Amino acid sequence: MTVDTLSRTLSALADPTRRRILTRLKSGRATVNELAEPFDLSLPTISKHLKVLERAELIRRGRQAQWRPCTLRPERLGEAAEWLERFREMWEANFSNLDALLDDLQGLKSDSEERKKS
Amino acid sequence: MTHPLDIRAVGELEIEIKRVFDAPPKLVFDAWTKPELLRQWLGKRGGWDWDVCEVDLRVGGAYRYVWKHAEGMTMGMGGVFREIVVPERIVSTEKFDASWYPGEAMITNVLEERDGKTVSVLTCRYETTEARDVVLASPMDEGLGDGFKVLDDVLGTLL
Repeated sequence: MTVDTLSRTLSALADPTRRRILTRLKSGRATVNELAEPFDLSLPTISKHLKVLERAELIRRGRQAQWRPCTLRPERLGEAAEWLERFREMWEANFSNLDALLDDLQGLKSDSEERKKS
Repeated sequence: MTHPLDIRAVGELEIEIKRVFDAPPKLVFDAWTKPELLRQWLGKRGGWDWDVCEVDLRVGGAYRYVWKHAEGMTMGMGGVFREIVVPERIVSTEKFDASWYPGEAMITNVLEERDGKTVSVLTCRYETTEARDVVLASPMDEGLGDGFKVLDDVLGTLL
């Protein structure tokens, strides 16, 4: 995934209302009206959020003119999670190198202390 | 032994990376600040190795790191030290040459002694939530918990 796509996914996810919409969509598809209800937001506001989510490829909207039910698309979330996994792997690798170095340093230190004693 | 790595989002702008090391803070501090030691561990993986490692360890002093990949790519970053308390605290700015997040990050590295070991907490503070999320991509704190929950539910347990 390109950074641009990731940025778009994450900025879409950065808004709490949009995250709640996605959470709602996990339990199945829903219409704009159904999505607007629990948030106490106007339909145009919800529509704006849905557009952002659709552009970020986090949801898909149906074709029935009136309904246009929304469905969750999990692929982009998977890619975002992969990115996190890489971040974690990077630090795990760094720190496991650091563990080895610290062991070495302490090994060297105790060796030289022993040499001093003898 | 290998200690667990704890990565979490804090507030809107920060990522906290927590880890215990089986060595006193002074050694961990040296490993982060002496080029001859940094060259032995940081960023060395998957074909990457050091090219430039310069550290001017004083407040206002700069550091500059460049890594080279076996296939010819380079990756550079650097910043300026804002606070130095040997051996327990280093605050510095961080910017990658080809940055994938907007702006600069402020890195606070706190090393605390506990029973001869070091509890290391590395806090990365980004200029915008978006930048933070680009880096972390899986928000876990309260404000972003839903986002994580979505990821978690869709993908199974992540962390």
